[in-house]
Amino acid sequence: MAGMKQSELAKRADISPSYLNLIEHNRRRIGGKLLVDIAHALGVEPGSLTEGAETALLTTLREAASGADMPEAEFARVEEFAGRFPGWAGLLADTQRKVEALQGSVEALTDRLTHDPHLAASLHEMLSTVTAIRSAASILVEPGDIEPEWQRRFNRNIYEDSARLADTSRSLAQYLEEADSDASETNAPQDELDAVFQRYGFHLPALETREADVDAVTETLGQDLSQAARWLLRRVLVRYRSDARKMPLGACADVVAVSGHDPFAFAERFDYDLTSAMRRLAHLPEDILPDAVGLAICDGSGVTTFRKPLPEFPLPRLGAGCALWPLYRALARPMMVHVDVMEQSARAAARHRGIAISQPIGPVRPHEDVLFESHMLIVPEPKRDTAEPIRQVGLTCRICPHASCTARREPSIMVTS
Amino acid sequence: MSKQVLLIEDEPNIIEAISFILSRDGWSVKTHSNGADAVEIVKERKPDVVILDVMLPGKSGYDILRELREDPENSALPVLMLTARGQTKDREIAERAGCDAFMTKPFSNADVLETVRALAAK
Repeated sequence: MAGMKQSELAKRADISPSYLNLIEHNRRRIGGKLLVDIAHALGVEPGSLTEGAETALLTTLREAASGADMPEAEFARVEEFAGRFPGWAGLLADTQRKVEALQGSVEALTDRLTHDPHLAASLHEMLSTVTAIRSAASILVEPGDIEPEWQRRFNRNIYEDSARLADTSRSLAQYLEEADSDASETNAPQDELDAVFQRYGFHLPALETREADVDAVTETLGQDLSQAARWLLRRVLVRYRSDARKMPLGACADVVAVSGHDPFAFAERFDYDLTSAMRRLAHLPEDILPDAVGLAICDGSGVTTFRKPLPEFPLPRLGAGCALWPLYRALARPMMVHVDVMEQSARAAARHRGIAISQPIGPVRPHEDVLFESHMLIVPEPKRDTAEPIRQVGLTCRICPHASCTARREPSIMVTS
Repeated sequence: MSKQVLLIEDEPNIIEAISFILSRDGWSVKTHSNGADAVEIVKERKPDVVILDVMLPGKSGYDILRELREDPENSALPVLMLTARGQTKDREIAERAGCDAFMTKPFSNADVLETVRALAAK
């Protein structure tokens, strides 16, 4: 290079000719001052003698080695290894980077490990594969000690394992993506269901006809929903259709004309149970029932399974509402109608009448416990003097100002003390 | 005669790597990949140290260890447990079952070697 003798260059760079020989044959890496000295002696740019990629390669190899608790004497030979086996060194560095990335994702996912069997199996598979790769890579990173046959063997193992890792991580990513899109933007299937009724309203003409097909309507309304939300939607629509058959629109209009939104009048007129009457009222169109009524349905665990809120009687999106609502008290005394005039303290004290009953769901069998479900119809109530007691209730504890309430289950952000 | 390690693990490439580093260190390495008859194999081979994976086909590593500890001949046999789950409760289960050392995957070869040496010297 540059027409200069090796001995002359070694002299100018102040190193021994044999050391320069090692450098030239890539048995030693150079850097820092020595690199600058040689470049200066040769009259070229230091950068032209080495490449930045090599520094990155060595850094990665050192990381792999430090993770493997490499003896110091071996650790010092990393440059020799990278110089003599650039291909293997590159492969090892790639593997090390993959292992690091995978270790990162594995750590991030350990929380879910105990909850999801599919995830647990995938992670176990990935950890096993990463372990095999790491062990083989650590063996390879120690140069000189391995016979070529073993070297080939471990390289083949790393190759196979990394392919396996690629498959497992791809299927895991796909699984996670599906799990994510299942939850869609709203997270909870119940939220998706609410969005459907917000969009189409609670009255569905498609279910009022004699030929109404629940599956077809579910398909139309639920096309963008997750599978879980579609399942919820179908369950609501099956009930809707059954109620609509027993209480046709025309007859409903007649009852409303006489008794307004009185669910007892509906139950009596159609000789049907009170909860069906409540649901029918909640799904009537505006031209038959101008003053909309609200409805909340919860199962025996208190979880809301259906909600039609009113502007001044909101229902919580997540979790249960106020334990003082007759909806929940009805669960303690099934088959009895609870009627309360309520003022939701957080809502400028608008007044509503809650009519609630809890009834068995499913067939009743001898000597078997039944499960209960509670309905609460919410009817706006004019504010006027009344002999009836007015119950102060909340929406959820977090936004309720009643400091001393026996039903409180969590502190309020509105009560400073 | 070199000391014997019995490696009970079902992942072939992990077996190969651990066998390699232990053999190179002078150990006689025997391997076994099934949980169901692992206890019998231990009784038969009488190893100096056992490396035992938790997730094995047939029987879990915890159960194998408990059975070994009930056997007077193996109540003090040095056992290193390997698991892919590094949660505190897994370590607790392993320790209650009577393991001498516990290591989570991915582990380093050097750690395995060092631990096996330490267990054999006990």
